[in-house]
Amino acid sequence: MRKRMFFILVILLMLMLNQSCEQSNFPLHLEIPYIETGVDYNEWALIPAGEFYSGQQNNLGKIDYDYEIMITDVTNEQYAKYLNEALKKGTVKIENNKVMGYYPGERFDGHKHEQQIKAGYWIYVPLDEPGVRLKFNGEGFTVDKGFENHPVTMITWFGANAYCEFYGWDLPSEMEWEKAARGTDTRAYPWGDEINEHLANYNRSNKLIRKLFGLDSGITTPVGFFNGREYKGFQTKNAQSPYGLYDMAGNVWQWTRDDYPDMSDRFMRGGSWANYDYNLRIWARNSSRPDYYAINVGFRCVRKASQKNEAN
Amino acid sequence: MKFFIERFHFLFKSTKGLVLVAIAMISLVTAIWGTLSGPLAEWGIKDVTVRLLGMKLNPVQREGRIIMLYHAIAMAVMAIEVYFITSIVQIKKHRQSIINATVTVGYLCAMIFGLGFAYFGYNWTFHGLFLFGLSLIFFSGILLAEALWPWRKEYRVSNLEYAHTKKGVDLERIAFFAMTLSALGSAMFGAVAGSYWGQGHQTFLAENLIRIPYKTPFELAVIGHLHIMLTLIAVAITLVVGRWFDFKGVFHKIAMPLMIIGIIIITIGVWIIVPYRPIAHTIIYVGSVFIMLAALMLVIYGWKKLIHDRLTEQGITKAGFWRSFKALLHDPIKFGPLWQMVFMNFTVSGVGIFMAAKLDEIFRVWPLREERIVLTGHWHVLAGIIATIIMMYYADIVGLKGKIRKWFGWILIIGSDIAFASATLFSLKRLFVKQYFQEPFTKWSMLFLEIGLASVLIILAMLLLWRLFDLFKKEGVWKKELISPKLEASKTTVLPGVSEEGKQ
Repeated sequence: MRKRMFFILVILLMLMLNQSCEQSNFPLHLEIPYIETGVDYNEWALIPAGEFYSGQQNNLGKIDYDYEIMITDVTNEQYAKYLNEALKKGTVKIENNKVMGYYPGERFDGHKHEQQIKAGYWIYVPLDEPGVRLKFNGEGFTVDKGFENHPVTMITWFGANAYCEFYGWDLPSEMEWEKAARGTDTRAYPWGDEINEHLANYNRSNKLIRKLFGLDSGITTPVGFFNGREYKGFQTKNAQSPYGLYDMAGNVWQWTRDDYPDMSDRFMRGGSWANYDYNLRIWARNSSRPDYYAINVGFRCVRKASQKNEAN
Repeated sequence: MKFFIERFHFLFKSTKGLVLVAIAMISLVTAIWGTLSGPLAEWGIKDVTVRLLGMKLNPVQREGRIIMLYHAIAMAVMAIEVYFITSIVQIKKHRQSIINATVTVGYLCAMIFGLGFAYFGYNWTFHGLFLFGLSLIFFSGILLAEALWPWRKEYRVSNLEYAHTKKGVDLERIAFFAMTLSALGSAMFGAVAGSYWGQGHQTFLAENLIRIPYKTPFELAVIGHLHIMLTLIAVAITLVVGRWFDFKGVFHKIAMPLMIIGIIIITIGVWIIVPYRPIAHTIIYVGSVFIMLAALMLVIYGWKKLIHDRLTEQGITKAGFWRSFKALLHDPIKFGPLWQMVFMNFTVSGVGIFMAAKLDEIFRVWPLREERIVLTGHWHVLAGIIATIIMMYYADIVGLKGKIRKWFGWILIIGSDIAFASATLFSLKRLFVKQYFQEPFTKWSMLFLEIGLASVLIILAMLLLWRLFDLFKKEGVWKKELISPKLEASKTTVLPGVSEEGKQ
C-alpha cells in the first residue's frame, strides 16, 4: 500500500514537471479569431475638473483642470503603427531583438532598493519573448492575427511613456487614472460595487474567455469587450466607467506616470486577466521597475482637454 | 440535564476539552472562511457560502475583514497554547482555572463577535464585544505572567538535569515567562496603533506597503506587531513541544538561555522599529538566530530520544544507521513536530533568507503583486506548520494508538509538507518558469497544494467527528479525559504548595 502511494506521488510529480517543460515548445506567435467589439479605440473621454473620492479610504481628492483619457487601452495595432512611425523618425532602434528608445534619465535619491535610471537607451518591448503580439519583419512592425484590437502588452514603462510622448500626450497620473475610473462617487469598480465574469476579464472569467478563443491559457480580451454585447454565446455586461471608459478594471494592468521620490518603481492600476477580483478594485495598486514588461501589463494615455482639436 | 452538565464540564473545564473546543472552532472557521478565496471561490462555492450565511462582503472592507479573520484564528491558537502552558508548567490549580476561563471567554468573544462584525453587516455592538474579548485575552496574559513568575521558591528545579540558574531558578520557566511578557507588550503595540484607527491610522495589509519607502509610525507598529506575535506563537509551541518531550540534559541547558536571549533580542528589535527602523531588522535577525539554535537543540535532543526510546522498547542496545533511522520514524506523531521544525527552514526561514539576500537582484525586479505572494505565502506556511504541530500534540493527548496513530501522523506530515512545499514553489514560480508558461506550473502546484491541504483537513475532520460522536457515549473517551485531564509532561516532581490538575 505504501509503495503504491509513493508510486502515485512520483507519477504525479513527473506529470507536473513534464507539463511545465512541455510549454517550452509553445509557439512564439499565436493566431486567434478576430472579435469585433464595436468600440472605437481612437476615442477619448473628457474628464471634467473637480473633486472626487480617492483611495480605499475615500479621501477627498481634487484635479483642477479638465483632461481627456483614451476610452480604451492602447491596442497592438496602435502600438505597431507608432513603432513604424518612430522607426522612420529614428526615435526607436532595434537592438538584440529588443525595441529600444532614449530616455533622459531621472533624479536618483540613492534610497535603499531604488534603481538608478540613467540617461540612455532603455527597452520598450522585447521581440523574442513569448507573449509579444508584435512582429518585426526587418522593415516594419505587424500584429499577430486576431490580436489587432487587444491591448498591447509586454511594454515597459519606457515604451508606454514614449508612445504617449510621441503624440504629445502623457501617461495618466495615479490621480487622473482614479478619477477617470471612479467618477465622483465611492464605487469599488468602474461600473459599481459588484463584480462577476460578465463584467471584466479577470481570474474568474478565464474559463469562458479561453473557450471563446479556443485556447488553454488565460488571455487578454479585445479592448471594450465588456460592453453588453454577446460574443458566441458569451454575454457581457456594459462595464463602462462613469465617463464611458472601458477596461478600467481587468484585462491588463495600466502603467501610470508618477515618479515618486526615493523609489524607482512605477505604479500600475486596474488589475488584469490573471488576477483575483480584489486586484481590480479602483484603489488597488501594483508596481514594478520601469523596465519591467509582462503579458498582463499595458497602458492608455491622457491629454489636456485643449489638445483635442490639435489632435483631430 | 446531567448529560449536558457533564459534557460542559469536560469541554470547558478540562484542558483536553478546552483544546478540543478551540480546535473545533478553528476548524469550523477554516472550513467556512476557506471557501471565500482561492480555488473554492473560483468554483463558485464562495457565492453559495455568502448567500447561505447572509454574509455582507463590501469590496472596500476586504482588508478589515481579513485582519479580523487573522485575529479570530490567532486568538483561538493563543488560547490553545495557554491551555497547554497552564497544564504542563507548574501553576497552582486556582490560577490555572482563572486563566483558562478568562482566555476561553476572551477568544470565544473575539472570534464570534469579531467575525460577526466583519462579515455580517458591521454591527458595532459586535465590535465592542470583539474588543472586550481581546481585553480578556490580554488580562489572561497578565494572569499567566503572574502565575509563571519564575523566582518563586516553590518553582525552583529539584532535578538538576533541567536548565537552571545557580540558585535553582528554572530557565525554561523564565523562557515561558519572557515569551508571555513579550506577547503582552507586543499586543499593546498593535492595540495602541489600532486605537488611533480613523485618527491618523487606517486599515491596511502589511504586504501592500512593502515597497513604500516611508511608513507612518502606526504602520510600522502594526507591521512589528503582526510579525512578533506569530514569532511568539511559534516560540510558545516550541517550548510546549520541549515539555512534551521532557527536554532536559545538556541540550536543554544550552537551549534555554539561547531561547531567553533570543526572545529578549527579538522583542527589543520589534519594539524599537518605530524610532530605529534601519537597525531594527538586524537586531531581529540576531534574535532569530538564537531562537532557531534553541529549536535546533530541541530537535537534536528529541530525535535522539525517539531513537533511544524505540530501540530500548525493542531491546536493542546497539544499532546501525538504518535501524536508528527506522526507530526515528517509528512514531510519526512524535517525529512530526520536530520534523516540521526542520522542514520550516526550507519553506519559511530559507525562503526568508534567500529573499533578503536576493531582494534587489530578483524580488524587486518582479512586480509588487508577485513579491506579495512570496511574503504572504511564507508566513501562511509558518502558521500552517504551527497548526500541524498543535494537531500532532493533540493526537498524542487523545491517545491515538496503533495503525490509526501512524496513518494520522504520516498523512498529517506528508499532506501538509506537500501543501507547504507546493505553496512555496508556487510563490517562487518566476524563478523556474517564464510568466507566459506559468499556467501549467500554477495548475499543478495548486493541485498538489489542494491535495495536501485536503488530506490534512480530512483527517482533522475525522478526528473531530470521532470526538463529536464520542460525546454522545456514556462512557466515552471524554469521560476518561474528564477523570484524568492532566497532559503528560513529567518534568520535576510536584513541590509542596503546587497543586497538580487531576489530583485535587
